[in-house]
Amino acid sequence: MQHGKYRFIVGFLVAPLVLYAVFVIWPFIQSIYYSFTDWTGLSPDFKMVGFANYTRMFHDDVFWKSLEHSVYFVVLLPLVTLSLALFFAFMLNVGGRRRKGAAVTGVRGAGFYKIAYFFPQVLSIAIVALLFRFAYNPNDGAFNGALKAVGITWQPEWLGDPKLALWAVMAVLVWSTVGFFVVLFSAGMASIPKDFYEAALLDGAGRATTFFKITLPLLWDTIQSGWVYMGIMALGAEAFATVQIMTVGPGGPAYSTTVLPLYVYQSAFRDANAAYATTIGVALLIVTLLFAAVVMRLGRRERLEY
Amino acid sequence: MKTTETPDTPPSAAPGSDSATGGGVPGPGRRVSKDDSAPEGKKAKSTEGGVLNVFSHGMLILWAFMVVLPLLWAVMTSFKDDGSIFGSPWSLPHKLHFENWSRAWNQAHMSDYFANTIIVVGFSLLGTLVLGSMVAYVLARFDFPGNRFIYYLFVAGMSFPIMLALVPLFYVLNNMGLLNTLPGLILTYIAYSLPFTVFFLTSFFRTLPTSIAEAAFVDGASHTRTFFQIMLPMARPGLISVGIFNFLGQWNQYMLPTVLNTDPDKKVLSQGLVELATSQGYKGDWSGLFAGLVMAMLPVLAAYIVFQRQVVQGLTAGALK
Repeated sequence: MQHGKYRFIVGFLVAPLVLYAVFVIWPFIQSIYYSFTDWTGLSPDFKMVGFANYTRMFHDDVFWKSLEHSVYFVVLLPLVTLSLALFFAFMLNVGGRRRKGAAVTGVRGAGFYKIAYFFPQVLSIAIVALLFRFAYNPNDGAFNGALKAVGITWQPEWLGDPKLALWAVMAVLVWSTVGFFVVLFSAGMASIPKDFYEAALLDGAGRATTFFKITLPLLWDTIQSGWVYMGIMALGAEAFATVQIMTVGPGGPAYSTTVLPLYVYQSAFRDANAAYATTIGVALLIVTLLFAAVVMRLGRRERLEY
Repeated sequence: MKTTETPDTPPSAAPGSDSATGGGVPGPGRRVSKDDSAPEGKKAKSTEGGVLNVFSHGMLILWAFMVVLPLLWAVMTSFKDDGSIFGSPWSLPHKLHFENWSRAWNQAHMSDYFANTIIVVGFSLLGTLVLGSMVAYVLARFDFPGNRFIYYLFVAGMSFPIMLALVPLFYVLNNMGLLNTLPGLILTYIAYSLPFTVFFLTSFFRTLPTSIAEAAFVDGASHTRTFFQIMLPMARPGLISVGIFNFLGQWNQYMLPTVLNTDPDKKVLSQGLVELATSQGYKGDWSGLFAGLVMAMLPVLAAYIVFQRQVVQGLTAGALK
């Protein structure tokens, strides 16, 4: 059985590892190195400049704005999305009228709701962002049209208003991801033994108590991994796509919506300042790792086996 | 070789995942029959359940409306002419303007974007599954120095911000002559899909029984043959889950092509559509644009409705473990 084992292992690993090293690992290492140079990206010549890029970054207002918005994204988005999703999932699984034979039941039509809620998850975030860019259009968009139709004269500029734009973008991400977590948490709740609920209800506990004392602790592992997953998306690809597609500028008006991944992209490919872009990218990396570490630490509690 | 006859169930058969997608029957109701401890109708009926029931239904219906309405609005708008889009965004189209769709398909290059996307996703999905399962199988079933290191190298790739790597990658691809080419995009898609695929399939291969592979060795099959003819077919449920996950991720990909594929002729779907929105915005062809938007949404939505159960399982499989 050991015959040719190592030849087989090497044969299977070499192609994927080379591809992964060249396209993923190597660029990551390179970008950290480039953050200490004055490389523009246009010419192959560059020299080491030490921490000059980092000094510049700490004095860059646009960077601080991007960082602030990215922190909003990573703190608020998972909080709102996961809370909404937990609420809906609890309603779907435990909120139903009591029927014979079961202490807790889901609402009627729970299957239908899960199918409907999951819809946005299969769409490209770019297409969702585009759709909402039109819906937010102040003159002929769906939102202001609906406001007018019900007799409200308030016609906000949405994406054109520096005070509203960031929230308008975040709302789109909530809209598109809640359904995924409803389905995820529903699956988790369905695997909690019904005896727990029965025992609690017999002892006179209300629905709210059962939610906080039974559902939430037993679902904690799933919530935690969902939180990390959502946070990484909100710091990276999804924030980039929504802000880049929806906002004016992009990142405007007046830098009110710019986020770190967008600023990396603009510095590298619009301003031809690749070294500075990688510096901001390193900041993004640090924020991401800090976030993951904090969530993992928060969640450290005894695992309940059931 | 390890003998890993773990009692763990494979991810796709995890408890609860079957009721996650249950049709009209709510999940919990079905599972109760297993543990027969439910006392039959003994509970006193309280009004609490009724009030809560009305409230929860209200909230649930409201959110369902909020999810479906924007999609319906887009479909409706794609059949209207430009004048009525501006005048009254919520009115039904007076007449179905199918010419919007043909204009988007032919003149606005939607057909090209579809063709490019199909080529890119077809090759990348195949490459991701083949390379990913090879790595995962070796990592799951063989002990060798560096096994854990390689595993964590792949797993770490899941949490790093991709944007950071894309700046140097742009110039790496440029030097290799792969920038703005479909093969370059395919290789990039595969490389960035590997972390999750390896992570998922490694734990999947660990749950498969070893006895059948051992029997194949006794009969004289090579390692390679055992993998392709015995292990891969056994891993089918895992491959389907991770395949759907990658298919949707690659089909919907926006950030990678935006940075690495800027040639107008080679654009893929979501990227092309955004480009279209910018250029058509100036030309004022809003109806054609909405037709393109709906056209891009329909295949994925149709696939979701048909393979609803598998899609939900594939997308939630990774987070459930």
